[in-house]
Amino acid sequence: MSGARLEIIERNCKGCSICVEFCPKNVLEMDVFLVTAPRPEDCIKCMQCELLCPDFAIKVHDE
Amino acid sequence: MAYDYEKSIRPGKLPHIWCPGCGHGIVMKGLIRAMDTCGLDRKNTAIVSGIGCASRLPGYLDACTLHTAHGRAAAFATGVKMAKPEMTVICCGGDGDGTAIGGNHFIHACRRNIDMTYVLMNNFIYGMTGGQFSPCTPTGAKASTTPYGNPDPIFDISKLAIGSGATFVARTTAAHPREIDRLIVQGIQHKGMAVIEVLDDCPTTYGRRNKFRSVVDMMKHLKANAVPIKAAAKMTAEQLEGKFLTGVLFQDTEKPEYCEMYAEVIKKAQGA
Amino acid sequence: MAKKVALLQGNEACAMGAVYAGAKFFGGYPITPSTEVAEVLSKELPKVGGKFIQMEDEIGAMASVIGASLTGAKSITATSGPGVSLKQELIGYACIAEVPCVIINVMRGGPSTGMPTGPGQSDVMQAMWGTHGDHAAIALVPNSCQEIFSETVRAFNLAEKYRMPVQVLFDEIVGHMRERIVFPEPGELEVIDREAPTEGPDTYKPYDATKGQVPPLASFGSGYKFHVTGLNKADDGFPTTKASLVDAEERRQIAKVMDNVADIESNEEYLTEDAEVIIWAYGSTSRSARYAVNELRSQGIKAGLFRPITLWPFPAKRTAQLAVQCKAIVVSEMNLGQMIYEVERVAKGNCVVAGEFRVDGEPINPGQIMKKVKEVI
Repeated sequence: MSGARLEIIERNCKGCSICVEFCPKNVLEMDVFLVTAPRPEDCIKCMQCELLCPDFAIKVHDE
Repeated sequence: MAYDYEKSIRPGKLPHIWCPGCGHGIVMKGLIRAMDTCGLDRKNTAIVSGIGCASRLPGYLDACTLHTAHGRAAAFATGVKMAKPEMTVICCGGDGDGTAIGGNHFIHACRRNIDMTYVLMNNFIYGMTGGQFSPCTPTGAKASTTPYGNPDPIFDISKLAIGSGATFVARTTAAHPREIDRLIVQGIQHKGMAVIEVLDDCPTTYGRRNKFRSVVDMMKHLKANAVPIKAAAKMTAEQLEGKFLTGVLFQDTEKPEYCEMYAEVIKKAQGA
Repeated sequence: MAKKVALLQGNEACAMGAVYAGAKFFGGYPITPSTEVAEVLSKELPKVGGKFIQMEDEIGAMASVIGASLTGAKSITATSGPGVSLKQELIGYACIAEVPCVIINVMRGGPSTGMPTGPGQSDVMQAMWGTHGDHAAIALVPNSCQEIFSETVRAFNLAEKYRMPVQVLFDEIVGHMRERIVFPEPGELEVIDREAPTEGPDTYKPYDATKGQVPPLASFGSGYKFHVTGLNKADDGFPTTKASLVDAEERRQIAKVMDNVADIESNEEYLTEDAEVIIWAYGSTSRSARYAVNELRSQGIKAGLFRPITLWPFPAKRTAQLAVQCKAIVVSEMNLGQMIYEVERVAKGNCVVAGEFRVDGEPINPGQIMKKVKEVI
């Protein structure tokens, strides 16, 4: 368990996939136009997804 | 952990207007973190922009925000800062806005060394009008008005700022989010004209015309070709071909700041 | 105690009027024949803690003035024909964003570089219609050094009261003429300051029409956080394309002037009561016209002078009344016919409307006005 909870704010997500591509642990996936987080247990909390999301659509919380 | 950006954003303003993958949102996040780090009181912070995609940024932020006319951000901001020097003044905008139609105001704000921080998002194109070439569109690149490739040479914005007299000049890219706020913090804390050029991606009007297959392609390009200035010192001209230097490119802490100079004028006029 | 008097140029009187009105910011760019306004303010403003900046160009000057005004500083710029042309976009910005400011236009010949040291009155239609889009305009046209002083004060008052740009236009003759000025004592002329919002920062809306036709403008740095844009906007200042909101805002911004014409209008009349022919003239031309009236009267011709001091909004009501009362109106101006179109519009054919114009860089003299009057009656 990584202790990370990934919050995806679907209303803000525009599906650019930057977060998916820059995640070093392959935590995220695109579900057509929206990002999803099928493997949160692999998250190392590097914050790349949150920092690089241009749309304020993903947040990494401590669980 | 998760950063609270929302407290700095005006209620109901998200999602923003920028296209999927546009780096302006990344820059806005960096700006918010930088303002937090500097502990800026938003009531005494003016964020001033011109026209264009990047110039829509101030509207999202909870502060004294001024969305002006095309190219005029630095000139409006000069008026704000002169009239109320106690305010923190931040300009933001794009490459066309800042260096073409607004080029004169930009270089003269640099020359005066007036205390403001100009975050210039250089995405190499006029995005809002549909992808016409800007003074920063690489020579040979395709834009909606360069169907045969761009014949124009480019402006190097950071060199322009240094040459014009700005006293803090730095460059990073949208693919280096932590460096964005680190440099903006330094810019805000610097007394004088600070220019932070953020190389940015416009997948919609630049990327798709110039063989970038996706947003991610553009981000990877920015990441792969950025060379920190210290590393560049050890590289040959050949190795630096097509790269862009990042980090603090120039800083001068000796040159007097403009409002302080004018405060001296007031003292003289009042016979002190 | 005797009042302070001085022999001042019109441009100098303008600068001193600005100081009297409480101006705290000047942003400008050198241009003939307006430079003395900047020169005097560069000396006088810092004495009162104000700021003077010579910007990199005319557009930057206008931008700095609007920016400074948003911090609450009474702000002014001074320029001439080519500079006014360059400023037009931002004059429109000040209209739509409702930012008070004063623009001095010392009129020279034109178009383009024209005759930089010669007088003209050919920017009078530009003062109304120069910037694009629908908007209201206030423009004042003093004809003496003393009046330049007092009309500059009034320009600030109107700008602050109606939250908009106000232009003061005087031709190069009046701008460079020297006359004795009696400085009004503090309090002698009315000085209007900007109305501050009554509600707190949390509920403040910069364009809230429920607060009246001219909603109060908060200052940057005074505790209020708000957004200012040149886009069409809703009452909260944020952009909108909603038809009903855009329509209401545009109409309010025009109505705030047109519903208050009585407050804004200022005219001088000389021997108009029994006049059969009215000379309609402003600025330096009105001085020749007054001389002409006296001469014509001495020759038995019942002439009178109507002199607008507020040129925009156009003095439609009074001009229309005079058109009914007299046989002819002679509009004399240093252009090839601009305000005459407005006079013709409101005269509605009730009298003859004729023009006496000149654009050769020479002042209009009484003789040519008298000649025209004799032609039309």
